[in-house]
Amino acid sequence: MVFAHGFGCDQNMWRLVAPAFEDCFKVVLFDHVGAGGSDPLAYDPVKYSSLQGYAADVVDICRELELESVVFVGHSVSAMIGVLASNAAPGLFDKLVLVGPSARYIDDGDYRGGFSASDIEELLVSMESNYLGWSRQMAPMIMGNAEQPELGRELSDSFCRTDPAIAAQFAAVTFLSDNRKDLSKVSVPTLVLQCLSDVIAPEPAGEFVRDAIAGSTYVVLDATGHCPHLSVPSATIDAITPFVQGP
Amino acid sequence: MTSDAQGFFELAPCGFLVSSQDGTILEANDLIANLLGLPVEDLLGRTFASLLSVGGRMFHETHYAPMLAMHGEAKEIAFDLVAADGQRVPVLVSSNVAGNADPSLVRIRTVVFEARGRRTYEQELLRARRSAEESEARATELATTLQESFVPPAPPNVPGLEFSAAYRPAGAGREVGGDFYDIFQIKADEWIVALGDVSGKGVKAATVTTFVRRTIRALSIRDADPVAVLHDLNDALLAHASDKFCTVVLLHLVHEDGRWSVTASSGGHPLPLLRDADGDVRELGRPGSLVGAIAETSAHASTIVLDYGQTIVLYTDGVTEARHADGSFYGDARLVRVVSEARHGPHAITEAVLDDVLSFQHGDARDDIAIIAFGLVRT
Repeated sequence: MVFAHGFGCDQNMWRLVAPAFEDCFKVVLFDHVGAGGSDPLAYDPVKYSSLQGYAADVVDICRELELESVVFVGHSVSAMIGVLASNAAPGLFDKLVLVGPSARYIDDGDYRGGFSASDIEELLVSMESNYLGWSRQMAPMIMGNAEQPELGRELSDSFCRTDPAIAAQFAAVTFLSDNRKDLSKVSVPTLVLQCLSDVIAPEPAGEFVRDAIAGSTYVVLDATGHCPHLSVPSATIDAITPFVQGP
Repeated sequence: MTSDAQGFFELAPCGFLVSSQDGTILEANDLIANLLGLPVEDLLGRTFASLLSVGGRMFHETHYAPMLAMHGEAKEIAFDLVAADGQRVPVLVSSNVAGNADPSLVRIRTVVFEARGRRTYEQELLRARRSAEESEARATELATTLQESFVPPAPPNVPGLEFSAAYRPAGAGREVGGDFYDIFQIKADEWIVALGDVSGKGVKAATVTTFVRRTIRALSIRDADPVAVLHDLNDALLAHASDKFCTVVLLHLVHEDGRWSVTASSGGHPLPLLRDADGDVRELGRPGSLVGAIAETSAHASTIVLDYGQTIVLYTDGVTEARHADGSFYGDARLVRVVSEARHGPHAITEAVLDDVLSFQHGDARDDIAIIAFGLVRT
């Protein structure tokens, strides 16, 4: 099982959920380039100007680790990254678990993503004013290697902190993306996990994903917010378990 | 709570909120209600995120809530509250979590400071930073554009000769160096190859580099003899209103009776290398004096006729004086070895030298690098 974090933080987001699957699966956690403990020098603004760049990394990780029959669990924007990766590498993925997915965040005609273009602009401003405390001196700290335990504290301090320029580009790429056409190409069993009250990925967005992916399973979690893996980890595990252990 | 503490909660000069784990507001004080223009009762039962602007709500969901869940606290986060009348109220918010084994008893305590003045100041700082970044981008673009004008966009097509050139400005491209080269035709069967290095860096060096390159063109058209050109260039540069000097190597190429002759002269510049078909490498010509330093100059011409398989290599000191991380120089001997051992042909040699120099200094080039290599096209 490969767990991919969404926009904002890093793989630590999965720490209440991923261990529950370690008995039955090889569990792979990673930080997207630009987030968490990734090497800032690996960030290429051209490659990561679309979600395809992140999807290519997911495929690379699976191939490098020689994974087979991969169950991909993606939160938020990583749900769509998983959709793109699965479409790009047929046969590599067995199942997709999409946690709080949205194929498009901005409303479009009858489609309800929940946001307007000016809302996204406002998010970027909000991020900018919250990165005032960021300094270049943070960068070496964030480069820390997760295999070195003495860096553990620094790593946890760096949680949710990213180079502002990278965070701004990731935010723009995330919230301006439109992957509605990619959903119909999904050919693997898919579970859609939807929170009852989620401002980032509201119910109509989750229902759109459910309807666009033929044969998908849809589970609504009684949770407020965008991160059920943090707010209701047990319910999240309970929803994922039968799906990943089933045929 | 004592009555004093209760009074403090209600009347404190900052907003207080107590919420349940899912953000539902259970208690609020007067100040936060006043900031929002609502009675306290109207806040109870709403979520904290619902008080925020949409952009703030997104930040709350993607950053603030995860931080609270993971660390039990989040500090000094800038949000905009949306008041009852639609006005935005800039605030700074800190929260911590009072944990409990029973999730329904978990409490999030939030302090809200109004931050209008602080936010205005921060926005001015952000504007200033953005403007500084734009200036830097403009300066870099200016430097890059200027530097690109020091060399032809591509080596020209000279019938019977094969040219290869490489040019790597130093550092991150914010500063203009003084390396240049030029390849141009002066008569039907005559060409000039010039490669040099103007002392110093920056705008002054750039204007002198442009001046030197143009003056070489003008002088060569009048009299192609490299020694004469170097002599007149020395006079022109001494008369120029700058204290810059330069090193130049000039080649006069003449195509006659199906053969190419090359007359070389150096003004204080490392001599061109001549590689034979068997890989043997030697210097071409004799050293001459710096150009634009003193009135007296010495320059000498040496002429050879190019054979098939021979390659002439011109380079600037960005190659030989490249520094390794351990402080050592790249040096002449290594250059000669790389030129000697490279595969045959101008392109292979240019590429071999460039790759070797760049890897020698781990991509951290302190000086510009210019390389030209050419030889006869095999027929």
